Amino acid sequence: MSSRPLVEISGLGKRFDTHWVLRNASLTVEKGEVVVILGPSGAGKTTLARCINFLERPDEGVVIVDGELMGFELRGSSLHELSERRLRLQRANLGMVFQRFNLFNNLTVLENVMEGPRYVKRLPKAEVEDRARSFLARVGMSAKLDAYPAQLSGGQQQRVAIARALAMDPKVMLFDEPTSALDPELVGEVLQVMRELAESGMTMIVVTHEIGFAREVGDTAVFMVGGEIIERGPAQQVFSSPSQERTASFLASVL
Amino acid sequence: MTLTGAERKLPEQAAEPLQMSAADLSALPRRHRLSIGRTLSAIAVLAVLGLICLSVANAHFDWGVVSQYLTQGEILSGVERTCILTVIAMALGLALGTLGGVCRLSSNRVVSSSAWLYVWFFRGTPILVQLLLWFNLALIFPSISIPGIIHEPMNSFMSPLMAATLGLGVNEGAYMSEIIRGGILAVDPGQREAAMTLGASSGHMYRRIILPQTLRIILPTLGNETIGMLKFTSLASIVSYAELLETSQQIYEVTTKVMELLIVASIWYLILTSVLTFGQYYLERYCGRSQQHGRPRALVEQWIMNGVTRLVERRRARRAVL
Repeated sequence: MSSRPLVEISGLGKRFDTHWVLRNASLTVEKGEVVVILGPSGAGKTTLARCINFLERPDEGVVIVDGELMGFELRGSSLHELSERRLRLQRANLGMVFQRFNLFNNLTVLENVMEGPRYVKRLPKAEVEDRARSFLARVGMSAKLDAYPAQLSGGQQQRVAIARALAMDPKVMLFDEPTSALDPELVGEVLQVMRELAESGMTMIVVTHEIGFAREVGDTAVFMVGGEIIERGPAQQVFSSPSQERTASFLASVL
Repeated sequence: MTLTGAERKLPEQAAEPLQMSAADLSALPRRHRLSIGRTLSAIAVLAVLGLICLSVANAHFDWGVVSQYLTQGEILSGVERTCILTVIAMALGLALGTLGGVCRLSSNRVVSSSAWLYVWFFRGTPILVQLLLWFNLALIFPSISIPGIIHEPMNSFMSPLMAATLGLGVNEGAYMSEIIRGGILAVDPGQREAAMTLGASSGHMYRRIILPQTLRIILPTLGNETIGMLKFTSLASIVSYAELLETSQQIYEVTTKVMELLIVASIWYLILTSVLTFGQYYLERYCGRSQQHGRPRALVEQWIMNGVTRLVERRRARRAVL
């Protein structure tokens, strides 16, 4: 299996009633690669990210993470849906960071980061706490261990959310517009954490509107319109000389 | 200055142009406007209150009996049973309500329909009827038997306390299901998604994330329901559970002091609900959800709350000095 890319997405589609919000999306992500997904709103970027970890169940196509088929089991010549329990274990392999942070409001910063390893992975408390502290140090949140989410700024909440996802030792990190809900002056601190994460070799799939960040950190850029991937290539190339007219006009309008 | 009819009309001409500067004007003292309507209605209300007091004072009513029975042993054990019934019926209601509320939201149709049926039946029939149904269950089920746990004739199992607890608790559970369902729906859906991405099971998610946040949302309603339950326990007299009302009735059937003992019961209910009201006030304040800016408080309520708060703070200050 070592020859396979870390993430393989093929023919992924998602429909709400009769409306296809995502159609025939295919993508491969190598270990350590940073893929940035761009496009106008309503292009299906968020749906793609949510289908990768089966937060939304895709109606078509497959996702393979580290050689393991997400949500299904190959039996004979057909795919059988996995039990909720096994899907949960698979989902824990993918860390996710949301646009609206979604920290657990009833738990402190430290408890938020400990929650997954402690109660899902059932690791011993002392070890979990040590690791949680070091992850929080990594995102610069050591001073706020006992604060509740409501007492933090948006940027601080998002950094804690990143630490919470990292604490699960994910194989891949998904970011769904992580800076879109932030005040402009708070965007930088979150992007800095993500930049460091990319440099440390984490495999990342990032849905973003931050063109500057995407150009600087992204290895591969994917451009989506109307639920479809219309352009995919090395980030430098997509940004400097896009092959599609639609990509070029989008980039021109946001830069 | 009094207001005549002419002055209350809208001015037809523009007022005279102001001669003073804004700064000088802002330094002038202000006078409140005296409203005739408000004064008159206050006088009318006071007059009615006075009349009520006068007639109560002249009624054929023995206050001596009231003060005698207020702290009498039987009445006190009635008060105690009322408190006990309130606590266990409320606990049962909360447990069933949590189960019902979570089940109503289940994606399993059988589970959610069952919860719906439960709410439909127990909210749709009078609580008095339900109490009698539980109490007379022996008529159709002569004995109760859960293998390994209990095997008893229904008559001895369905004691007055058991019937009252089941009647009030199961009924409360139906209302509580709806309250908790609403509370769960009010928790941000992002909380659920975040738990799912961590690989949490739905049981873990409810226990650790959703329900603790639901509790905070429904706390004011929960207080209301508890106060309501305290008064609903008086219905347990129908299944001859000797709570406060039943005890009072037993006494006045012997002494014929009907009104006096009903007043004794009322005084105790008022004392107990007041205690719960204070409890609710402080619990909400503790949880940071007090409505100090939202709901206007009645003057009397304000006096009492401020008084109690001041008392508590003074005592705390004194303790700190010591």
